Amino acid sequence: MTNLLELKIGQKAIIADSIDERLPVKLMELGCLPGNEVQLLQIAPLNDPLYYLVAGNRISIRREIASLISLDL
Amino acid sequence: MSSPLKVALIGNPNTGKTSIFNALTGLRQKVGNYPGITVEKKTGACSFGPDLNATIYDLPGTYSLNTTSLDESVAVEILLNRRDPDFPDVVVVIAEVENLKRNLLLFTQIKDLGLRTILVINMSDRMKRLGIEIDVPSLESSLDTRIALLSSRNDTGIEDLKAILSDYKSISDQPSLDITDIDKAYFENLKTTFPKIDGYKLWLAITQDVNFMPIEKKVIPDRSAFSTKSKAELQKMQHRETVLRYKYINNALKEGYQKDLSKADGIQGVLDRIFTHKIFGYLIFFVILFTMFQAIFDFSSYPMDAIDHFFASASEWIKATLPSGVLTDLLAEGIVAGIGGVVIFIPQIAFLFLFISILEESGYMSRVVFLMDRIMKPFGLSGKSVVPLMSGMACAIPAVMATRTIENWKERLITIMVVPFTTCSARLPVYLIIIALVIPEGRFLGLGYQALVLTGLYLLGFLAAVVAAAILNRGLNIERRSFFMIEMPTFKPPQFRNVAITVFEKTKSFVLEAGKIILALSVVIWFLGSNGYSDSFKNAEAEVIQQIQQQGLNLSDDELSQKLSSYKLEHSYIGVLGKIIEPVVKPLGYDWKIGIAVITSFAAREVFVGTLATIYSVGEESESTIVGRMALETDELGKPIFNLASGVSILLFYAFAMQCMSTIAVVRKETNSWKWPMIQLGYMTLLAYLSALIAYQTLI
Repeated sequence: MTNLLELKIGQKAIIADSIDERLPVKLMELGCLPGNEVQLLQIAPLNDPLYYLVAGNRISIRREIASLISLDL
Repeated sequence: MSSPLKVALIGNPNTGKTSIFNALTGLRQKVGNYPGITVEKKTGACSFGPDLNATIYDLPGTYSLNTTSLDESVAVEILLNRRDPDFPDVVVVIAEVENLKRNLLLFTQIKDLGLRTILVINMSDRMKRLGIEIDVPSLESSLDTRIALLSSRNDTGIEDLKAILSDYKSISDQPSLDITDIDKAYFENLKTTFPKIDGYKLWLAITQDVNFMPIEKKVIPDRSAFSTKSKAELQKMQHRETVLRYKYINNALKEGYQKDLSKADGIQGVLDRIFTHKIFGYLIFFVILFTMFQAIFDFSSYPMDAIDHFFASASEWIKATLPSGVLTDLLAEGIVAGIGGVVIFIPQIAFLFLFISILEESGYMSRVVFLMDRIMKPFGLSGKSVVPLMSGMACAIPAVMATRTIENWKERLITIMVVPFTTCSARLPVYLIIIALVIPEGRFLGLGYQALVLTGLYLLGFLAAVVAAAILNRGLNIERRSFFMIEMPTFKPPQFRNVAITVFEKTKSFVLEAGKIILALSVVIWFLGSNGYSDSFKNAEAEVIQQIQQQGLNLSDDELSQKLSSYKLEHSYIGVLGKIIEPVVKPLGYDWKIGIAVITSFAAREVFVGTLATIYSVGEESESTIVGRMALETDELGKPIFNLASGVSILLFYAFAMQCMSTIAVVRKETNSWKWPMIQLGYMTLLAYLSALIAYQTLI
């Protein structure tokens, strides 16, 4: 299954219905919900962390957390 | 007059909550700590009319009532506990136009607690540019609340908010959601077990994983009675709750909130691409840093010199004006000098917080965190540790205070523990004088040896911080509860009022909190330095005069009084102490005089130079003379005391030793225990001693 790590800069996708139960609730509260659009805005040097625009929110998270969010491409 | 209305302001970070708090209260603010922890508690007074006064509570910014950091849990604690003296009569949730949907999540949670809740939608000045239209009456009915549309930047809407607040009794306290929708059977079960307690409060108490303060203890007696579900199941239920809340919000916004998606704010994307660029991003960051340190070092040196002179002359004036005696000495040399020692830090602290608050207000700081996180991570630090570490080059005190933004306790603690290694400005006088004494003036590849050594010492400090962090990261067994997440707020020009208030409040808090301790210890050191029990101390004057006559010297009054103070110091308590610790510092290549300077410089590192100046009877003359006198100083065998070996040993000792009581005081305050500052003092002193020992013994 694809996840947030596979997006290229500028690419958009929709968050899939299945939510990993380890996903911190806080990320859902910040818009990482099934059906919401997510776009990768920037990757930090050394490839971590990653900067996303998700449901209008601009957030930056580390790769380990990003890998928990799966996508419908 | 009735007791003031209690109004709590709560909202997501970056919604301008503090601006609104500042607008409501002006400078009538009180900043303290919540009891037992170091989360800032800000309250302020405000009046809405002749007989309606209010106390405004600025609760720490939080994304939701599901807390992940110390700051956030404070908000939940207060809102859950009706008996808390700070329990509000009415809650104002601060949201902003662009991220209204996400901000409303917290709003629905607050409403579900059964509190009277008002909604403020801030940054209304940006609506037009973002293509947003808001129908206030429609939203008021769909969200069952009163709404104030406000712009703290343009100072509009504050009066509307006050009007709504003065009519607070008419505000709905009905919940937004039926919490039992998450899992009917589960909540049914809860209800039968604890019929008297509200379902949502129970749910919060059960799911909160607050490490620092188990809030559930106050609300429900025994948590184990509810643990009928596994952690994973509870987490799934929380996910479902979030989905339900967003469903409710989407529904409520359908009529009253329209956003024209074609009007995206393109400039933000451009700025982001520049500031987080792989090369330009770092370049810009280093230019900003460089400017910042230039300002802190150069600009603040003028007011610092002025303060220094002012207190020196105040001290002189007191001695000249008041009748001489112990009380005058205490006032002039203990108290005034002590206050001077506090006030002298104000320019640096104010400059530092000026820069930091501008960088934070503008939204740039998040980009630095983003750029640096991966580099800091292997050392147990986070991107958020960068600002404190850089600030530490000015002074460890504001640097330790700046660690509050790190939500992960382990990362915050490690940052606090290693920050004092970075070369602060107080080390500079010590470095300069020792380098001048023991490092030759030659050049290597066109670079002066002395400058190279100084640069090396700065690098050494940073290296020590990073290595110590890596070791602590392995050694400290603290569970990491929060994960790294940072919101990247949109870039905005900083608001002058907020910057000014931050600088004022931070400086005031330093002067009052750390200042008390610095002052007290200065008085103690003064006492120990100006009193003694031996006959030599009591008869100092007679003995010095006798000595001078024996040696056949002809001294001016100034020289005589310097000689006398040097003799007195030698036989004072501190002098005796220096002699006692001589065996300890001897292996490092120090005599008892340097030993005393090491002890007194515990008040502040730069005192080292002043103490040596007093001991070597040089007094107020220029530093080059001190250097000259120190260079002539010899041991019993006639070899110079300050040679390459002992000089390097002193440099290394000051590079690593904690050696600053103000830092200990502030670490005590920020970690709320004596344990961490004592560990820090212990390991840094040990490292300092060992490295100085090895250096001296190999070089001698």
